[in-house]
Amino acid sequence: MKKRVLSLLLVALMTASLLVGCGGSSGSSSGGGSSAETAAPIDAPEGKIINIYSWNTEFQTRVEAVYDKVDHTSDDGTITYLTDGAEIHWIINPNTDGVYQNKLDEALLRQSSAATDEKVDMFLSETDYVVKYTDADVNVAIPLTTLGIDPATDLKDQYDFTKVVASDANGVQRGSTWQGCPCLLVYRRDIANDVFGTDDPDEIAAICGDWSKMKDAAAQLKAKGYFTFASYADTFRSYGNSISAPWVTGTTLTVDPRIMEWISDSKEWVDAGYLDKTIKGQWNDDWNKSMSSKSKVFAFMFPAWGIDFVLTPNWDGPAGSWGVTTGPQAFNWGGSFIHGCVGTDNPEHVKEIILALTANADNMTKITREYTEFTNNRPVMNSFATDESFGTEFLGGENPFKYFGPAAEGIQMTTLSPYDQGCVELIQNSFGDYLQGLVDFDKAKSNFEIAIKERYPDLTEIVWPS
Amino acid sequence: MNNKKPSNARSIIAHVTLIILSFMCLFFFYILLINSTRSHAELQKGFSALPSSHFMENFRAVANDGTFPMLRGIVNSLIVSGCCAAICTYFSALTAYGLYAYRFKLKNAAFTFIMMILVMPTQVTAMGFLRLITKMGMYDTLWPLIIPSIASPAVFYFMYSYLQSSLPLALVEAARIDGSGEFHTFNRIVLPIMKPAIAVQAIFTFVGSWNNYFVPALVLQSKDKMTVPILIATLRGADYMNFDMGKIYMMITVAIVPIIVVYLFLSKFIIAGVTLGGVKE
Amino acid sequence: MDDKKQQKSISYAKWGYIFILPFFICFFIFSFIPLLDTIRYSFYEYYRSGLKEVGPNFVGLGNYIALLKSDLLKYAGNTFILWMIGFVPQIVIALILAAWFTDARLKIHGEQFFKVVIYLPNLIMASAFAMLFFTMFSNAGPVNSILQSLGWIKAPIDFMGSVGGTRSLVGLMNFLMWFGNTSIMLMAAIMGISPELFEAASLDGCNHTQIFFKITLPLIRPILSYTLITSLIGGLQMFDVPQILTNGQGSPDRTSYTLIMFLNSHLKASNYGMAGALSVYLFIVSGILCFIVYRMMNDDGEKKPKRNKKEAVK
Repeated sequence: MKKRVLSLLLVALMTASLLVGCGGSSGSSSGGGSSAETAAPIDAPEGKIINIYSWNTEFQTRVEAVYDKVDHTSDDGTITYLTDGAEIHWIINPNTDGVYQNKLDEALLRQSSAATDEKVDMFLSETDYVVKYTDADVNVAIPLTTLGIDPATDLKDQYDFTKVVASDANGVQRGSTWQGCPCLLVYRRDIANDVFGTDDPDEIAAICGDWSKMKDAAAQLKAKGYFTFASYADTFRSYGNSISAPWVTGTTLTVDPRIMEWISDSKEWVDAGYLDKTIKGQWNDDWNKSMSSKSKVFAFMFPAWGIDFVLTPNWDGPAGSWGVTTGPQAFNWGGSFIHGCVGTDNPEHVKEIILALTANADNMTKITREYTEFTNNRPVMNSFATDESFGTEFLGGENPFKYFGPAAEGIQMTTLSPYDQGCVELIQNSFGDYLQGLVDFDKAKSNFEIAIKERYPDLTEIVWPS
Repeated sequence: MNNKKPSNARSIIAHVTLIILSFMCLFFFYILLINSTRSHAELQKGFSALPSSHFMENFRAVANDGTFPMLRGIVNSLIVSGCCAAICTYFSALTAYGLYAYRFKLKNAAFTFIMMILVMPTQVTAMGFLRLITKMGMYDTLWPLIIPSIASPAVFYFMYSYLQSSLPLALVEAARIDGSGEFHTFNRIVLPIMKPAIAVQAIFTFVGSWNNYFVPALVLQSKDKMTVPILIATLRGADYMNFDMGKIYMMITVAIVPIIVVYLFLSKFIIAGVTLGGVKE
Repeated sequence: MDDKKQQKSISYAKWGYIFILPFFICFFIFSFIPLLDTIRYSFYEYYRSGLKEVGPNFVGLGNYIALLKSDLLKYAGNTFILWMIGFVPQIVIALILAAWFTDARLKIHGEQFFKVVIYLPNLIMASAFAMLFFTMFSNAGPVNSILQSLGWIKAPIDFMGSVGGTRSLVGLMNFLMWFGNTSIMLMAAIMGISPELFEAASLDGCNHTQIFFKITLPLIRPILSYTLITSLIGGLQMFDVPQILTNGQGSPDRTSYTLIMFLNSHLKASNYGMAGALSVYLFIVSGILCFIVYRMMNDDGEKKPKRNKKEAVK
């Protein structure tokens, strides 16, 4: 009997919070003012356990670094105790083989029937699949306004593209990030000197300023025996981020002309020898080695994390051999979003954590200093950009933030679709064979169609631009 | 004289073949060991045949990380694999003996049935399995990794084949005449005869269970229950900031030590089986 | 004689049931119930799109027909080729090794050592093994640099970039991982043969080739058919090696895409309907294959060992 009463109570609670969720999403269009009121009906007491789903401990370290209520974390890292008596339980599942999303999805589907202390309170997502969770119909990520966060004022310093990415189709923001990942052209100074007679960032920016200039530069590099970039995958995101419409609308997948340009340009570049044909995509051995001193590759396009954690460990020459500058096109690569989960019994904590990490300039300055991360805060990034004392040793004292800021301003993100992760991954794989000359163009097309329909059975039609 | 010559040539061929094969087998362990002595940066740069100096550093990174329950993972894996090997071989032998030594109505049906399910891939039932154990309250426990190994058709089939070729039914009859109970006969007479087969399958089951990633990844959730392959996957799935190939290779190396020990231990039994068989010589 | 036997065994029949009971209970709970689920869903359109569940809607044999229209047969062909590349050398080497190790006249120095070593590759996780292979055979990897420094090749061989290269690597890995396992099993089988048989044969002037083909091979038939069947099943279920080596794509051009990788991609998409139908196909095909192999190996093999055994007893 007792159990039944309890479960009834839970159901009531759930419906209450669901109603709140719906109210929030409709209320948000009317502006920030009403949001506080819509959040008010959560009169259930704040829970004691905050379950946060993530695929690694990156977010955990940031929370521990900047959330003022953090007291200490248990030795095994699974529980962070807060000063107000609440506990954050970290539920970390590896991204490998899609395990993280599987587990999260299972938990979200159980959300309505789970005990309050077992409900997902917060979870993280990456740019490639953020829309899967911010989708209004799915309604698993709480609109920020419902939590009492007004994107227009509280998050005014964030870069616009990060807000666009975290919003559903109606423009309701359902997540927030502390990171921005604008990419720069990271180039070898010795090769630049050899080919262009200069290694000055601004002059290189002029030489590589857009794709047509870049191509002329590539021909010059080729003449001296250098590759411009390592692999066709290195340029993909700069095209893929600037598609004119979402990958999928309804059940129709439309391959954007921009993607076709990537294919034809890459083919041209590979055949011309501007790219290293033997490097099949990123994150493999050959790619790593293309960043060593013996390599003939002129440049990469990396965000801040790429320079620090990919390029630096792979480089075996002296520091100061690489420079950064504005690349042919601004684009974003990566980024983790924080979401409050519908059904949470800890809306106050969720709000505090989101604000502490993504809206507090001091905290974000701290994160940038400690982790050299590009944080999602315009004024903070601007001050780093003009800070002459801030330079990285690896870049020979050059301050990359001087270029990151403007690059971030230049990023245009179109609305994403929940299918992006598969589309981006599979188009590169299918056409990788084509670019290496293993299959013809039509075969690559049909391979993509087969693979994408396997991944997303609900897609009915695939339209290629004529 | 005539006999000796070809036997010499054979001996040379045999030795050369074995040396080449052994070299190929050991080579990967060598690489693994070498890689575990190298730092992430060195590993990223490519291959080297010579060890580096980061062995202890990597080891400390894996062993001393409070957030990374290496020991716990090894213990979990030992429990799961040990139990699996024990109950799997015992019950498979029991089932095989039951079908081999007795005659009953459903005998052929049962045998055919097991042969049929022998071909069932694990993946086929994965989703239903997950739903079932969640309902049974065994989600995030080690039980679902252990209990199902009672029904291992492949091990059963091996045991059955072995019984066919090495257990004369007359022996069972003799035991009965001596007044031995059926269970007693199985445990005291049949099991010892099956020792080599059991040792062989125990190793295979242990290793299979030790390296199993698919089912534990479905079933396990909390950190203190994770088995070794899940831990390695966690390392491989680490974000770019904590991504450390040195740690991964070290963990793989550390994870291999227990199975090598178990293997060396059990391989003695196999060899004991050899000498038992050859006593009459 | 016959009568007597039957009477005796009848009285013990219940023990037969008791002994096989745990197996069947366990199977029923942990495999059969989930299996029914799988079969049931194979007749439904049932998948998850993002977090939205579609179905289950009954579609009859729709999934089965859709699968037949897909590249299913191509993947079956891939699986078979990959299996053959690994299995043929595996069984040949395993048989030879087992014969050598059990041949009392062939003194192998360090026999113990070799016996232990051949099984070692099986101890490494397939995924870790694939990782090592990937590093070894990359364009800038050690294999290429050794071949180049020996002057055998000029440009690095792009192993993972060609159909033959990828398939051979998968085959080689499967061979390395499993030949020790098979050798040990065959050795155990050969050890079960009475040594007197071999003695008698060699006294009769048989050479080792004759002994191997006339005595060893027929006598280890049950285990040999076991090896063939389990390896066939293992081959049909081939997954982690090509999955990791080709990043789940079976590239180039899906020529190393196996059936279970196909199944896995449906499971990953939470497409329970398709996955169910594919499972049923797999189940039927492997059942038929095993039945054929079992029949082939055991029909005439059934009597031979028994006769030989009797001879041995005499």
